[in-house]
Amino acid sequence: MDGDGAFSTAFQLIVSGDPTLMQIVSLSLRVTLTALIIACLIGLPLGAALAMARFPGRGAAVVLFNALMGLPPVVAGLVVYLMLSRAGPLGFLALLFTPTAMIIAQSVLITPIIVSLTRSVIEDLWAEYEDQLRSLGSSAMRAIPTLLWDGRFSLVTVILAGLGRAMAEVGAVLIVGGNIAGHTRTMTTAIALETARGDLALALGLGIILLTLTLILNAGAFVSGRVAQQQAA
Amino acid sequence: MTMHGTLSILPLKVSELRFAARGTELIKGISFSLGAGTRTVIMGPNGAGKSLTLRLCHGLLKPSGGIVGWAGPDASGAVKRHAMVFQRPVMLRRTARANLIHALSVAGVPRTDRKARADAALDYFGLTDLAERPARLLSGGEQQRLAIARAWALKPQVLFLDEPTSALDPAATKAIEEMIETIHADGVKIVMTTHDLGQARRLADDVLFLHNGRLLEQSPAETFFAEPKTEEARAFIRGELLW
Repeated sequence: MDGDGAFSTAFQLIVSGDPTLMQIVSLSLRVTLTALIIACLIGLPLGAALAMARFPGRGAAVVLFNALMGLPPVVAGLVVYLMLSRAGPLGFLALLFTPTAMIIAQSVLITPIIVSLTRSVIEDLWAEYEDQLRSLGSSAMRAIPTLLWDGRFSLVTVILAGLGRAMAEVGAVLIVGGNIAGHTRTMTTAIALETARGDLALALGLGIILLTLTLILNAGAFVSGRVAQQQAA
Repeated sequence: MTMHGTLSILPLKVSELRFAARGTELIKGISFSLGAGTRTVIMGPNGAGKSLTLRLCHGLLKPSGGIVGWAGPDASGAVKRHAMVFQRPVMLRRTARANLIHALSVAGVPRTDRKARADAALDYFGLTDLAERPARLLSGGEQQRLAIARAWALKPQVLFLDEPTSALDPAATKAIEEMIETIHADGVKIVMTTHDLGQARRLADDVLFLHNGRLLEQSPAETFFAEPKTEEARAFIRGELLW
């Protein structure tokens, strides 16, 4: 297999504006970014609350979320599959093998990452800010939005970790999405399929496009973070 | 001006105050009463318990024994009527003005009033030029002045200051002392710690002298500096008992 073939395949795919490719790319982005938004809406406040709350079993909760960061995508996919399958508790929703199911599976996968890393960032900030914020009359609850905003530059990295995980994984979306052409096929499932079929140039071409997209998203986050940081320190 | 139209939370009556951490008693049963109007300076060598005493009075720490009692007619509203300035102020990652607005928001000031009150506080202390600057990029002295303006904006009746100038150079120290004088002249009760004897002589109306977690003297400043009653206080004033 030659790399030139892969690069020229990737290049031709992009330049030709192949509608199948565009559909796959846009579905991948839609699933991943929606899952990321859901994971952030849940994970950022939950992680901050976990950083500041003191309750029996807190240590166990921290360990659990840390462990779930290593949740294998296929296991996350399997759990969501069992919930959504015809016989499962949520089977009546008929969501299996839809993009919505893929979003749910990826949300399950990356929420623990956002929770755990946010807890770590906010714990450090709270140690620095606690006396001052309490002195101003802030309750722990009131402090959560303050700390999330003040930790925003570190939290961008947290969110990128979640994004990277969702962009890269194949197991979860494959199980609950089914890799149906034109419906639930994403970049990663397409790469897996093309590799199995032996069209390595196409698989590698898709891989190059996926890497490039990831690079662009990260660069965008990095640059906007830098600009904001220069303005607010 | 801050006192007009509001009942006082003072006097502050502290009795048999104790504080222990990890089995070691650091504040060993101290009692005193602080009235309105004066500048009270808490003095003593390092480890005397000055900062702990302030934090206990401000409510940041829970006493392991004894009572911190606000005994004035408005005692029930005391929680929101005293503010504190720390040795190293914590500024949020936003502009100077936004830091004041945040404090006013936490204090429950209506949204529409916050900016005007923040700007009034900045203006009152000549800090208007800093309003749009990121607070974390200000110098140590500027940050401490901002911290005092932030505390003042909350219209406290009592202002606690914990070693407010110990990390600052002489020029910044002078600016801070002038702010404290201004706030005192407004009728706000000042309670501060310092181990700077010169500063204590300049600012104190009355002195609490702590040593090893005990209150050894409470006297008017003149009396304390002229005729200290205890050997420890005499040594401290002579500069032998340092931090």
